[in-house]
Amino acid sequence: MVEPLLRLDALRKHYGGLAVTDGVSLDVLPGEIHAVIGPNGAGKTTLIHEITGLVAPDSGRVLFAGQDITRLSLPRRVRAGLARTFQITSVVPGFSALENVALAAQARAGSSFRFLRPAAAEAALNEAAMAALAEVGLADRAAVPAGALSHGEKRALELAIALATRPRLLLLDEPLAGAGPEETERLIALLTRLKSAYTILLVEHDMQAVFALADRVSVLVYGRLIATGTVEEIRGNPEVRAAYLGEDEA
Amino acid sequence: MREAWLPLAVLLALGLAPLAGFGGSYETTLMARAMILAIAAVSLAFLVGGAGLVSLGHAATVGVGAYAVAILDAHGVTEAARVLPVAIGAAALFSLATGAIAIRTSGVHFIMITLAFGQMAFFTASSLAAYGGDDGYTLYSRTEVLGTRLLEDRLAFHYLCLGLLALTWAASAMLLASRFGRVLRAARENAQRVEAVGLAPYPFRLTGYVIAGAIGGLAGFLLANATEFVSPATLSWQRSGELLFMVILGGVGRLWGAILGALVFVVLETWLAQQMQHWKLVFGPMLILAVLFLRGGLAGVVARRHG
Repeated sequence: MVEPLLRLDALRKHYGGLAVTDGVSLDVLPGEIHAVIGPNGAGKTTLIHEITGLVAPDSGRVLFAGQDITRLSLPRRVRAGLARTFQITSVVPGFSALENVALAAQARAGSSFRFLRPAAAEAALNEAAMAALAEVGLADRAAVPAGALSHGEKRALELAIALATRPRLLLLDEPLAGAGPEETERLIALLTRLKSAYTILLVEHDMQAVFALADRVSVLVYGRLIATGTVEEIRGNPEVRAAYLGEDEA
Repeated sequence: MREAWLPLAVLLALGLAPLAGFGGSYETTLMARAMILAIAAVSLAFLVGGAGLVSLGHAATVGVGAYAVAILDAHGVTEAARVLPVAIGAAALFSLATGAIAIRTSGVHFIMITLAFGQMAFFTASSLAAYGGDDGYTLYSRTEVLGTRLLEDRLAFHYLCLGLLALTWAASAMLLASRFGRVLRAARENAQRVEAVGLAPYPFRLTGYVIAGAIGGLAGFLLANATEFVSPATLSWQRSGELLFMVILGGVGRLWGAILGALVFVVLETWLAQQMQHWKLVFGPMLILAVLFLRGGLAGVVARRHG
């Protein structure tokens, strides 16, 4: 049995009487794309927050590469190799695309408590940033202020930022949310390319995209995982159809 | 950077002014005050425009630096080699202690908590009976430099203030361009983004706050020597408000805006006070109009002409 890269061990989180995460256990294996799907209000966002450290679970553990990271802050988890993108794109709008990624490269390369040299003149950072931008197909947009990029480009930029932290696991929070059909197609192509090089936990609403990309799928309904399996298994699971797919098709 | 010709020209003009017939006591006193306030304003612009930390208590750091001069003077310590490090160090320590708490908040809360710390410093200064209390403290003489009376010399003091202003600007610009400054600038726009690349903004912000406070202490050292007098008014929240206003008038987007803001502020204030008794009735509305209509401040106007 392969050691999982990320393991959620009986995570629980209650808001008042409402269980938003109700004993979720889940393994993400090295090299796979593992998708978490679920209808609105299933607790996907809270689950992501628990994995990234923005919300502390009431009980249970988050293990990353065998290490208990349940109590670590977001920056520490990122330094441990857990990069994330946000459901609502999060970039530094006043920075160029390049500087956005260079910031991530700088966080990875030595101390950021350096006061003398202009950061923009550090060739090593700029090269690392350009490489990440090229990986997502944004190399020719490097000098454009991030705030002026299109929605799909911002999505890709956020991926480049995440890649520049040299993650062991990419956590993608609805990367297709808000993208038009054409952008969606391009992003799926991009994710397909990244798939071979990275372990990815994908939380996504778009079923077509999930079925196209994922190796395994977990289905979250009312804070509980009702099924985990391959795409075919999930497609054929009657409980999943009732809870989710049925709604979707109706 | 091409648009920075104006502040460079202003610094050059300040350098030439004493040689061009403005070397009298009145003019140099006025210019020294303007340059010292500009030093404090640039350090505040570093915080506000660079790090996004809108402090309404920055005058307290100036006051701490000034009071360091006064208190050491009262105990017979007047050598700059000892007074200056104490003035800067005390202001930095004050910023470290207050910033450690204030920086845990943000937005309006940060403004209010820095204001509160400023007022605490103000009332502390007012209660220092041994150093003049409310009435303030008159220095016996200006701080000595390696045993000489260098600072008593009008021109020497003028060029010292000018040099330190240029240095403050250059150092602040260097800091903002560095890796450290990049984190500050990114955190100003999107703190969550900074965390998500693996950096916690807090220690960077606190360091920036302490650096700005240290520069405030330097301004306080100069101010005490310029006026040879220190009073609690130096730390009042109105002073903090004036500094913040200089930054906004100059334009928060650029450090050098604060230099323009401080100079225009001091010149307007002085000129209006000569014109009429109730000059504040005119000065206040002028400031409001400037904020309303000068988008991006004076620096913004200059930049647009070159844009």
